[in-house]
Amino acid sequence: MTSLPANPGTKKLGLVIDLDICVGCHACAVNCKEWNTGGHSAPLTDENPYGADPLGVWFNRVHTFEAGDGADGRTVHFPRSCLHCEQPACVTVCPTGASYKRETDGIVLVNAETCIGCKLCSWACPYGAREYDHADGVMKKCTLCIDRIENQNLPEEDRVPACVSTCPASARHFGDLGDPDSAVSRLVEERDGYDLMPEMDMAPVNKYLPPRAPARENPAMQAPALAPETPETEAEDGFLGWVDRMLSR
Amino acid sequence: MPDDIRPDDRYEHIDPSPDVSDEVKTTTCYMCACRRGIRVHLKGGAIRYIEGNRDHPVNKGVLCAKGSAGIMQHYSPARLSQPLRRVGPRGSGEFEAISWDEALQTAEDWLGSVRRTDPRKLAFFTGRDQSQSLTGFWASQFGTPNHAAHGGFCSVNMAAAGIYSIGGSFWEFGEPDWENTRYFMMFGVAEDHDSNPIKTGLGKLKTQGQAKFVSVNPVRTGYSAIADEWVGIRPGTDGLFVMALIHELLRNGKVDLEYLARYTNAHWLVRKAPGTAEDGLFVRDANGNPIAYDRNTDQLVDATQTDIAPAMRGSFPLHQATPGDGGAGGEAVPAFQLVLDRYLDGRYSPDAVAGETGIDADNIRRIAAELAHAAFEQEISLDVAWTDWAGNKHDKIVGRPVSMHAMRGISAHSNGFQTCRAIHLLQMLLGSIDCPGGFRYKPPFPRPAPPGPKPAGKPDQVSPGSPMVGPPLGFVTGPEDLLIDSAGQALRIDKAYSWDAPMAAHGMMHTVIRNAWAGDPYPIDVLFMFMANMSWNSSMNTSETIEMLTDTDPETGEYKIPKIIYADAFQSEMVAYADLILPDTTYLERWDCVSLLDRPICSADGPADAIRQPVVAPDRDVRPFQDVLIDLGARLGLPAFVSETGDPRYRGGYPDYLVHHERTPGVGPLAGWRGADGETHGVGQPNDDQLSRYIENGCFWSDEFAPDERYYKHANRAYLERAAKMGWIASPDPIVHQLYSEPLQKFKLAGQGFGAVVPPARYRDRIVEAFDPLPLWYQPFEDDHTDAQAYPIRALTQRPMAMYHSWGSQNAWLRQIHGWNPLYMNRKTAEDHGLVDGDRVLVESPYGSIRAQIALMEGCNADTVWTWNAIGKKRGAWNLSDDAPESTKGFLLNHLITDLLPPKDGYRFTNTDPITGQAAWFDLRVRVIKDDSRAADIDAEATTPRAPGVSKAPARSRYGAQFLPKSSWRRKRGGSPS
Repeated sequence: MTSLPANPGTKKLGLVIDLDICVGCHACAVNCKEWNTGGHSAPLTDENPYGADPLGVWFNRVHTFEAGDGADGRTVHFPRSCLHCEQPACVTVCPTGASYKRETDGIVLVNAETCIGCKLCSWACPYGAREYDHADGVMKKCTLCIDRIENQNLPEEDRVPACVSTCPASARHFGDLGDPDSAVSRLVEERDGYDLMPEMDMAPVNKYLPPRAPARENPAMQAPALAPETPETEAEDGFLGWVDRMLSR
Repeated sequence: MPDDIRPDDRYEHIDPSPDVSDEVKTTTCYMCACRRGIRVHLKGGAIRYIEGNRDHPVNKGVLCAKGSAGIMQHYSPARLSQPLRRVGPRGSGEFEAISWDEALQTAEDWLGSVRRTDPRKLAFFTGRDQSQSLTGFWASQFGTPNHAAHGGFCSVNMAAAGIYSIGGSFWEFGEPDWENTRYFMMFGVAEDHDSNPIKTGLGKLKTQGQAKFVSVNPVRTGYSAIADEWVGIRPGTDGLFVMALIHELLRNGKVDLEYLARYTNAHWLVRKAPGTAEDGLFVRDANGNPIAYDRNTDQLVDATQTDIAPAMRGSFPLHQATPGDGGAGGEAVPAFQLVLDRYLDGRYSPDAVAGETGIDADNIRRIAAELAHAAFEQEISLDVAWTDWAGNKHDKIVGRPVSMHAMRGISAHSNGFQTCRAIHLLQMLLGSIDCPGGFRYKPPFPRPAPPGPKPAGKPDQVSPGSPMVGPPLGFVTGPEDLLIDSAGQALRIDKAYSWDAPMAAHGMMHTVIRNAWAGDPYPIDVLFMFMANMSWNSSMNTSETIEMLTDTDPETGEYKIPKIIYADAFQSEMVAYADLILPDTTYLERWDCVSLLDRPICSADGPADAIRQPVVAPDRDVRPFQDVLIDLGARLGLPAFVSETGDPRYRGGYPDYLVHHERTPGVGPLAGWRGADGETHGVGQPNDDQLSRYIENGCFWSDEFAPDERYYKHANRAYLERAAKMGWIASPDPIVHQLYSEPLQKFKLAGQGFGAVVPPARYRDRIVEAFDPLPLWYQPFEDDHTDAQAYPIRALTQRPMAMYHSWGSQNAWLRQIHGWNPLYMNRKTAEDHGLVDGDRVLVESPYGSIRAQIALMEGCNADTVWTWNAIGKKRGAWNLSDDAPESTKGFLLNHLITDLLPPKDGYRFTNTDPITGQAAWFDLRVRVIKDDSRAADIDAEATTPRAPGVSKAPARSRYGAQFLPKSSWRRKRGGSPS
């Protein structure tokens, strides 16, 4: 079975995903697919693309579900991809060393040259983040766009994962979560970012930002009630008096 | 257990800096109507990656799911590859391939014959294309009034209500002031209109954390999912809800009277003379100016003057000494008095509307209080000096930071026009139009409410072999502008601008097939359509529409609609019902423009337009539709498309036209880099080098307003002068919000029998009821005909964000997100029906029945079911396999939606808004019953064969493998690269 880095560095690259503003548009999922099907993991094969049950490899999928009952509930759009865990069972379960965690930045990767397609890793991952490519017979997964984030052929501002670059709502952030002063770490701190399923002990690096409290719970946005009842007084002289203010154009 | 593997030694070789592409070309996305700037990476001649253009003023680098799936659209196996002529019966899908010469000769023969005899016998309608300034101009040159695009079945209620009220509209023509707003209300906005700007704006608004976002929508998906408050209103009742808000605000004096007096016609005097031809019209002086009562001088004065103190309520006697009285006498009241009279009435109180709208009265009161609080207690003040239309200088720009956006859920009802007007009235009362924090116009709006010109197509404007004088679409201001004959019958095939739909500003594409089939008001010879799936998801009453397309005259055996020409890039459902197919390119293979003359991509802070350039060459025998249209224009000798010697005027096709066509002197399709030196923007002579300049700039042109031009554009001198200079408006006069709409009153008077042009008897009640100069609410028409107990549930559709406004769900990636559509139902309602999640059901309306599978949800109005629209596909269309879920599990709600209402006095009105003719998709009522039968008929449904030149779709796509190094084993694995 495969070991984790003996001397992991302090750098922990990952994503911070803001569930307060994700509208579930799937831009991140499709742009990820588009970049990666021609990139390091190419291709992201689509089986039966124009038939029944089309089934493709996607590194990022958006799930939509509801939490709570009735009108007080919430519709949640939940993007899911590899969380680049600090204790990734998908790595330690790998019989060939194909699945590994990079020492330098903590990115969890699969070496397609040594993957034997046994799928143990996908069984081990509690998040369902691994994607088996039937055509290639190997496991594939989110690389945090390993071929973008340090790519000297791209302008500096584009050296982020495709999902982050394309998100119309700016709900996705990329950075070093091992650095407490990084923008992403501060965001997690400010917004009470949380681990997905911490009970699985995977210590995921990616964090999710929970929905903010609705504005109606914000005291600054409380509006005093208008008059509860129409005054009994004659309308002309009573509550319509304001209309007779002297106006100028 | 083997020894642990230490992967440190086995790290794969990773190239962190691969070459992304050989070449990057900019162009403009066309995966939907959002039309954002994109950068297309090409590698080895194939498309490697499409990304948002960071420099582009609208999307600033972001790109949605559709735009990101452009590769699969471009390489779709459903693409047509050559011109086709039908050989089997219509609907059989049997075609033979023909040459372009033959195809164009056929079209020329058909169209030439029509033009020489009766140009009206061409009905030329286009779908969601963005070249309406070309297509409308072409139709006008051809000489037929029978032209429109898809707006009539999309959102003309929003466009028309906005234009007639405030000279601008929601949609993509305006936007909330995302930076400054403190309260944002969104009404009936489906998942994605307009696309990226709303997502970006909502992200900004919520991240800033200073505003409340309220979504009024029967369904809690998409944007509504992240709203601070979701108001799950009953469909079709938004107008009542808005009027209850207005009631509350008026009752409490929470109205911006200064704004009303300055920017609206609230103080204009309206004549009260019931039973006369003058009733409800503005009192005007000898110069035609409206009159107000000046409280400074106690005189009736010109209401447009600025040095007056206008009365906002009261009643004022008129007599011969009154300007404009003309001896009529009687009395007049400020328009605002009529607002008070109507909305203070108890029938608009929150308690009175709670039952109908399904919104608790206390919630309505609270929302009204929040609107008032945001508008009047959280005023926004920007330290920018500006000058208003009258020359008054202001040292600050002050605004009421309440913003609104509304779209399809308001629009797609038979009461949509008036409901949209109610929202604009609410905005006016709050003083929140084009102010800091409010709704903001995007140029070239605002325009006069309404702007010119009027629609052409009157009998003396149509003659064989000649262009029409004027455009087929425009804005009417009274009955005299209607396109009707002396008997009151429609002159257009779609009956737009007739008594059926007097203000049908976008035409009525959804009525064309039925009317052409019925020969009502007259038979046509050629139906010519582009990019409009009218045999399927773009038609109401789909099944019967298909029958009409295939119906023949029993005597002659000829089709009732004799000839159908269709242009599309893909084998959509419509292809099988056409006789001649002109195959179009994809959006990455063509020149195109996003013009200020059409549907622009401006922001509130400045104008912008854009082009498409071909980034790859077509690998099929296809031609860009616009090139074909220009070619046909020359072949037919349309004056604007031929030179003085009769040769083609635009030999270079569409790009030649884009640069050299001038609609009026100096104004062409593109505003940027005009003039001899290419340094003039807006109005200037054509510049041969214009397209190169666009390409150098990333395929767009944009400009920014000075800070003092950005707000109160309807009354901002600097802005108005700029707009006049740019040719957006004729003169820098202020644009007055039409709180009270006189054009509507003119139609109402006609309905009452006054004036020279009056409707035939069967229209009168309907005209009198609907054409109210102040917003009103009435039950959706379906309720008048359909038994609410038998059909208790309203049914509506949305397009999902990943497909909104995008043509075709054959996209290999997007169909993996939405491959079929369940019928979504409120959980509790389902329980009351004895239904559980996943049940198969029959959905029935009085007009049809379909099978569906239900999915339960909490965030759905209890009296509403809904589904994703246009996921369901006809078997075999779009080159999908016969067992594709789009046709086996997916369904089209359109089958249940009637295009005609039941007969009334022997006449069937269309299922549309009576004012604009907007298709009332969402008026639908249904019942849902458990279906225990197995759907055997699905397997029996006929399939459509692939057209010649359309190859069998691959069983596996390995797109992207071709970009791997030649040595890679993965590159050699099986499967098609596309």
